[in-house]
Amino acid sequence: MGEAQGIGRIAEAFARARADGRRAALMPYLMGGFPSLEVSREIGLAYAAAGADLVELGVPFSDPLADGPVIHAAATAALAAGATVARVLAVGAAIARRVPVVVMCYANPIYARGLQRFLDELVGAEISGLIVPDLPLEEAAEAQDACEARDLAFVPLVAPTTPRTRLVQIGARATGFIYAVSVTGTTGERDGDAPTLHSAIERAGDHAVVPVAVGFGIGTPGQAAAAAAAGADGVIVGSRLVRAAAESDDPVAAVSELVGGFAAALRAAVG
Amino acid sequence: MSEHRFGPYGGQYVPETLMPALAELESAWESLRTDELFVAELDGLLRDFVGRPSPLYRAARLSQAADRPIYLKREDLNHTGAHKINNALGQALLARRMGKRRIIAETGAGQHGVAAATACALLDLECVVYMGTEDMRRQKPNVERMGLLGARVAPVDAGARTLKEAVSAAIRDWVANVRSTHYIIGSCVGPAPYPALVRDLQRVIGDEARAQVLRQAGRLPQRVIACVGGGSNSIGIFQAFIADESVELVGVEAAGEGLHTGRHGAPLTAAGRAGILHGALTAIMQDEDGQILEAHSISAGLDYPGSGPEHAWLRDSGRARYAAVTDAQALRAFAQTARLEGIIPALESSHALAWALANPGSDLDVVCLSGRGDKDLAEALAALDG
Repeated sequence: MGEAQGIGRIAEAFARARADGRRAALMPYLMGGFPSLEVSREIGLAYAAAGADLVELGVPFSDPLADGPVIHAAATAALAAGATVARVLAVGAAIARRVPVVVMCYANPIYARGLQRFLDELVGAEISGLIVPDLPLEEAAEAQDACEARDLAFVPLVAPTTPRTRLVQIGARATGFIYAVSVTGTTGERDGDAPTLHSAIERAGDHAVVPVAVGFGIGTPGQAAAAAAAGADGVIVGSRLVRAAAESDDPVAAVSELVGGFAAALRAAVG
Repeated sequence: MSEHRFGPYGGQYVPETLMPALAELESAWESLRTDELFVAELDGLLRDFVGRPSPLYRAARLSQAADRPIYLKREDLNHTGAHKINNALGQALLARRMGKRRIIAETGAGQHGVAAATACALLDLECVVYMGTEDMRRQKPNVERMGLLGARVAPVDAGARTLKEAVSAAIRDWVANVRSTHYIIGSCVGPAPYPALVRDLQRVIGDEARAQVLRQAGRLPQRVIACVGGGSNSIGIFQAFIADESVELVGVEAAGEGLHTGRHGAPLTAAGRAGILHGALTAIMQDEDGQILEAHSISAGLDYPGSGPEHAWLRDSGRARYAAVTDAQALRAFAQTARLEGIIPALESSHALAWALANPGSDLDVVCLSGRGDKDLAEALAALDG
């Protein structure tokens, strides 16, 4: 295990992916507590074994406004199955022993717990960074400062609708990486490559000193390879894997196979 | 600049995709609210299409029953039967000026959905209304009305299948279609600038009521009483009286089956920890882990676990007080108002009436009769029989 925990560990993961000859780091997403806490822990570990460079761990929320139907349903099921913030962070701690973990959590569970306490718990679980999909720049200053004080990455999102002036401001405060949303919409699989993919990556990259990872709408190895070819430093795969976990009798085997396929596509994307 | 914060409440807790649209909306409203042509068009429609000003009516037999003067602000007499049309029409005009020809809306009781569908028919805009399937069952006539008006009602099957999920579904649609679409939110909730925008469009209720009560009764009321779900009729009527320090402002929430049961829609009265719902920091109903709880009320329009951020601040600052009325109390006021006044009030408004009847004051009350109760007949009659 590397010595670095927070921002440094994320930087190492991106650098290692590149040093290993891959065009982009692979960051699969899982919904904590789905289909159960134990299986979600195994899914995270399987991601690591199958070639994930980082893992994005979702904390289930009752009203996830940035998510499409697959992740929304998984969150609802996780909560019904007994997932809590504390239990999901314990899952994160187990995964973080193998691979750097970035937590995605909506704002209300964070503030309900208290921002400082929540971040202390992330540090305690050796989580490396935090993504808050409903905390835009205007509302994020306190969380950014509190993350910085703990060497946690605070990963902002940028969207196809984000104007250039905002990209500059967002890029200036980003730590860890920038999460470039490749489509105007919620999370979920889509056919074909997003028409805005190239510009999403370029626009975000122009204003960032940190890597740019692309997510939303990447559900096939071909789409992942296209994102890497378009210049993404990282590729995030969410709904496709959550759907596999929902549909398969053996979720761990199903996601292992899929993550292996995405990892191979990113190796093959070296051109 | 419209307000982004009311005390600590409000803000813009939404996905980044929406931030430019909120900025665009705010700037459009800032310029149009004082634009003579826009204001004249809106005022003309409010007069000739909606039927404003709505009367302030001295309810003689309710006054007798309560042993003090009770005046009803008759928003039920507006075209489409509720105050919701004031906001829907204003926002639809705004959308057209912004060049957005697709409108989405959420609805609980169906009154806002009908109002949005009506405004879109009038202005030739495409309209999609998100509605929980439980509310579609409870408010069938309004579903049929929206269809007739040319709107598409999009059923929402998530969670409790009521207003909270309808708002979430509308926001997700907006995230995906933000360039072509304006979201006409129905209450003074959501991210800035919505709470201030909806308040500005609803304050016509209070401006009229204040002038009317001075003219008709010769004095200000002791109390102004209105129901609060998200809180748009109440924020609209309160607004004109905020500077009148002698006037008590009372917001009446849904106590549902009783505050102690947890099955209610009274986040302001229950006074739990503030939280973030649908883009704003405000009074909400949540569990210890910050998961939003399901609300409960017999009235679909009050069946919502949050409230407008300005209400949370009016509560904390002490300028308004909030109380809650149970399903059973609201039903009794519903039946009593029908018998005594020949007015069938909406179940939402029945909460305000119930509080006024149960809490004697010393002088004149103005109660906002925010809507009419035709839509509630099946639900209310079944409950009254049961």
